[in-house]
Parts: sequence; C-alpha cells; structure tokens
Amino acid sequence: MVNFIWVAMIVAGFVVAAFQGRMEETTKAVFDGAETGVTICFGLISILSFWLGMMKIAEDAGLLQRLSNAISPFVRLLFPSVPKDHPALGYIMSNLSANMLGLGNAATPMGIKAMQELQKLNPDKETASPAMCTLLALNTSSITLIPTTVIAIRMNFNSANPTEIVGTTLVATFISTFAAIVIDRWYRYRQGSIPPGPPSKSIGLKG
Amino acid sequence: MYNIVSALSAWVIPVIVAFIPLYAATRKIPVYESFVDGAKDGFQTAVKMIPHLIAMMVAISVFRASGAMDLLLSLMKPFFDLAGVPGEIFPLAILRPITGSGSLAYTADLMKQFGPDSMIGRIASTMQGSTDTTLYVLTVYFGAVGIRKTKYALKVGLAADLIGFAASVIICILIFG
Repeated sequence: MVNFIWVAMIVAGFVVAAFQGRMEETTKAVFDGAETGVTICFGLISILSFWLGMMKIAEDAGLLQRLSNAISPFVRLLFPSVPKDHPALGYIMSNLSANMLGLGNAATPMGIKAMQELQKLNPDKETASPAMCTLLALNTSSITLIPTTVIAIRMNFNSANPTEIVGTTLVATFISTFAAIVIDRWYRYRQGSIPPGPPSKSIGLKG
Repeated sequence: MYNIVSALSAWVIPVIVAFIPLYAATRKIPVYESFVDGAKDGFQTAVKMIPHLIAMMVAISVFRASGAMDLLLSLMKPFFDLAGVPGEIFPLAILRPITGSGSLAYTADLMKQFGPDSMIGRIASTMQGSTDTTLYVLTVYFGAVGIRKTKYALKVGLAADLIGFAASVIICILIFG
C-alpha cells in the first residue's frame, strides 16, 4: 500500500506536470521535498533527545515500571503480545496520555520510544509486528480531548463560540479511534487465520 | 472544559519535568548521567528517520506542486455535491492524512472564506481536530525503528480517517444543522 501510494503520487505528479507545463516547478519540488524531510528530522533532534533523556531517568527510577503495572486492562487488551511488566507498556501509556492532552511534542518521542521497545519484541526487524500496527493505528486516529490548534484558529477568525466544536470533535475522534481498533483487529485476526507457516513465524504473527 | 484542559496542558509538562528527576534523585539514581545516557539516542533516532521522511516528503511535494492534487480535488468535487455534503470540505479529507501543515492552512482558509461558525467551518474544525496526519505518523514512527514493510498499517490508518471524516460530517449536521 505504501509502495503503491508512493509510486502513484510521483508518477501522477509528473504526468500532470507534463500536461500542464509545470515540469520546472515539479522538478524543483523534488528537492524542496527532500529538504523538508531533512528539516523535519533536524527539528525533531532537540525534543527527541530531551524527552528520551527524561524518560530514561523515569525508566531508571522504576517509574515506567510502575506506570505499566498500573496500566488499565484495556491497554493490555490492545497489546496482548507484550509481556505484563515490559517497559513498552509504560511508554505506550505515556504516548497515549500525551496525545490525549494534546502535548504533540512529548507524544512523538514517547511513541517512538514505545516503537523501539516493541521492536525489541519483534522477531522480524524489517516488518511491522501486529503490536506496532496497533500502536500506529491509535496514533494516526489520535485521541485528542481538546483540539487546541483548531480552537486557536477559530478564535483568530472571531468565532462567536470557538469551543463549540469540542463536543463534535470528541465524538468524531472517538468513532475514528474505535474504527481504527476494530479494523486493526480484523486484519490481525485475518492474518492469524492464514494457514500457519513455519512455527516460529506464526508465533511472531500472533503477537 | 476547555479552560480546565488547557490549564492542565500548561501545567503538566513543568510538573513532569520537575517530578521525574526529583523522584529519581530520592531513589539515589544518578539523574544527570541517566538523562545524558537517554538523550544521546535522540540524534541517531532522528537521523534514522531521514531516508523515510525524504521519500515521503518528495512524493507529497511532487504531487502538490505538479497540480495533480488540485486535479484530483476538482475531479472528486461533483460527487460530493451530489451527496449533499458541501464540496468545499472534500479537499480537506484528502489533505488531512497527507499533510499536517497543508490541511491546517486549508482549514484556516475555509474559515476565512465561510466563517468559523458556518456549517463548513464547523465540519472543517471537527475534521481537522479529530484525526492526525496518517502518512507522517507512519513515516516517523516506523522510520525511527527501521521498519520497511508496513503490512496493513496504512490501510487501517486511512480507513479510520475515512470513517472519522464521515462521522465529522454527520455529527455536525445532526448537532448544528
């Protein structure tokens, strides 16, 4: 799917550019895009380093352990393959809470750290494990309690009631997250029902 | 509710940043060394993402600059009008999973054009707030750990986005309509 979208976007882009005579801008866009990619990564270095440092203290002090022990059964239900006392659960919990509070620049490092922990449990380092797909689904559908950016824009344009969309957003985000969990489960289930390959592999897929 | 949560958001980071080292210090953890030890991974992690982000950003950039995005949007608009949904909303549904800054700019533009308290403004606000930039999240999270085969993850993300958008439109029409 990623492969398809990637090729489709590039090829469609150049075909349309050829018809509309925008080859020059489009060629320039290639390198602008590459530059944007690097800029984003460099922008992430500072917050990533800071939060990874903070979380390392929390891990060494046993705080993450306590967080994963205290974790709601719901989160554990979502990640059945992760051992009960594994630090990954603590990071997943931090990531989800930061997301809910709208702390975007803390949520991303914690999510990445959670991915790294899940990667340690992953038998095939190049292929996403089911637990990783679930974590990604939760993050792409994002559970935001208060959409702060949108409220700020509404205030900017003199809305009579900037926060009136909080309720509708909450319902919509709940529905999309619920849908993400269900669809993710369905794929997971479907994969599990595929006739087993070598035994070691099917253990990996279960997770 | 908004005031409570925004106050909470403003306080939660200072509290965490003060509490974690304090708690660790009482447990005789060498906090400074722990911090540096953890933070040194930040650079490698960010650098590891570069190829993934370049690949994704180049494709998105080409798709937008070439006019292919606008063409897709203008082709799809009539179908939306037929369904009784304001066609102006449609580009947002396409932009949202692809580009965070692009969809935010488009949302702001819709509010400028139609007003934040119009139906279009409300639907756009709800859509913008209820999901995240799927392609970006996938690229960053999987890129950071070197996952190349993403399996069904993108399908799940995009399908959930679609359901979220449909839900946004229906809820807004039900509540504000």
